[in-house]
Amino acid sequence: MNGVHDLGGLQCFGKIDKKGEDVKFVDDWERRLFASTLCSFGALGPIDAFRHAIEKMDPVHYLSSSYYEHWLEAVEARIKELNFTKADIGVPLTPTDIESIVATGALYSREVVPGIDPIEVGREVRALPYSPEGHTRLPNYIKGKKGTVTELRGTFVFPDTLAHGLGECEQPLYSVRFSSKELWTGRDPANDAVHIDLWHSYLEVCDV
Amino acid sequence: MSDHHEAPPNPYLKKRRDSRETENLTKRVQKIEQLLIDKGVVSKEALDRIVEIYETDIGPMNGSKVVAKAWTDEDYKQRLMTDATKAIAELGFSGLQGEHMVVVENTSSVHNIVVCTLCSCYPWPVLGLPPKWYKEAPYRSRVVIEPREVLKEFGTNIPSTKEVRVWDSSAEIRYMVLPQQPNHAKEMSEEELAKIVTRDSMIGVETL
Repeated sequence: MNGVHDLGGLQCFGKIDKKGEDVKFVDDWERRLFASTLCSFGALGPIDAFRHAIEKMDPVHYLSSSYYEHWLEAVEARIKELNFTKADIGVPLTPTDIESIVATGALYSREVVPGIDPIEVGREVRALPYSPEGHTRLPNYIKGKKGTVTELRGTFVFPDTLAHGLGECEQPLYSVRFSSKELWTGRDPANDAVHIDLWHSYLEVCDV
Repeated sequence: MSDHHEAPPNPYLKKRRDSRETENLTKRVQKIEQLLIDKGVVSKEALDRIVEIYETDIGPMNGSKVVAKAWTDEDYKQRLMTDATKAIAELGFSGLQGEHMVVVENTSSVHNIVVCTLCSCYPWPVLGLPPKWYKEAPYRSRVVIEPREVLKEFGTNIPSTKEVRVWDSSAEIRYMVLPQQPNHAKEMSEEELAKIVTRDSMIGVETL
């Protein structure tokens, strides 16, 4: 879905505010929430479902609230969506489990999928004007723009389906280079660029 | 120079909370924490351990060690540029939000800078939790369209002959910048070098 979380390219937010930059948690509830959120990922579904819960926040609230208030809204929303209060009682994670989760994380890469021919490095591609109902990781400022595939990152799970319990739909993921000239017509055409990771489904190969 | 640069940082963000709001947020988080404990998702001790890990054990000092080693050991640098996840794990750093690492090198012709325009993805195992400004609207929105203006606000001027390359972390790939080694530091030991590498230089908003 298109929403205010998709901030890339907006110019209405003023200067960077470096005040308190090193403060990890402003209030103690942020510290507690950080811990609770991290260990709830197993119970409350994939990270993309959590991201989508943030995207569905009231837009005015999203822009006027802090980072951890976004997390709070999302965790509460996921508890409700999953009717988690009715869930069975599990075996609680211990400090040792936590250490191992932190050190290993979760792999998002998968085996190559037969039947999808990856786009070759060097090919010119266009990002589709793709605006699905639900979660997506294709930002607005990239849609419809032409870029060049610079790297095949591998085969990765697809957030657009994963967030909605519709499977991993793993597919090639590419690093794609978009020149500033292509992205921002009318601005000073410096030789700058954005490199962004895009899934196979977001792209079409341009005619030679 | 456009008008918005004179605007205060994100005029939409509510900066101060009164004590009643804080109390309310605290209660909501306590409810989540209690639910996770009651449902056997996690133990209280495990929650405390997460906080401890991210407040004390993990931070930019990890990334600094990676950079210092890359500067002093050409073979290591090659491994880092070929498979960053693996090379970073050699130094004992791995896991959550760094499962798929890519290191991008600053050179005499390219300056790299990292952002996540859609949320606030950041390479936790090497840099810890992000600074506040990295998660806020001004940085996330502006750095892809006007990276040079954003860099100037950090006191960083990149000559127009150099390309500014912005990496938007839209997938599960996490980026870290390998800054250029300053001339005055050519004779330093690996340990000394690690001390001069800053967090901001590894995000790319600063040069050394």
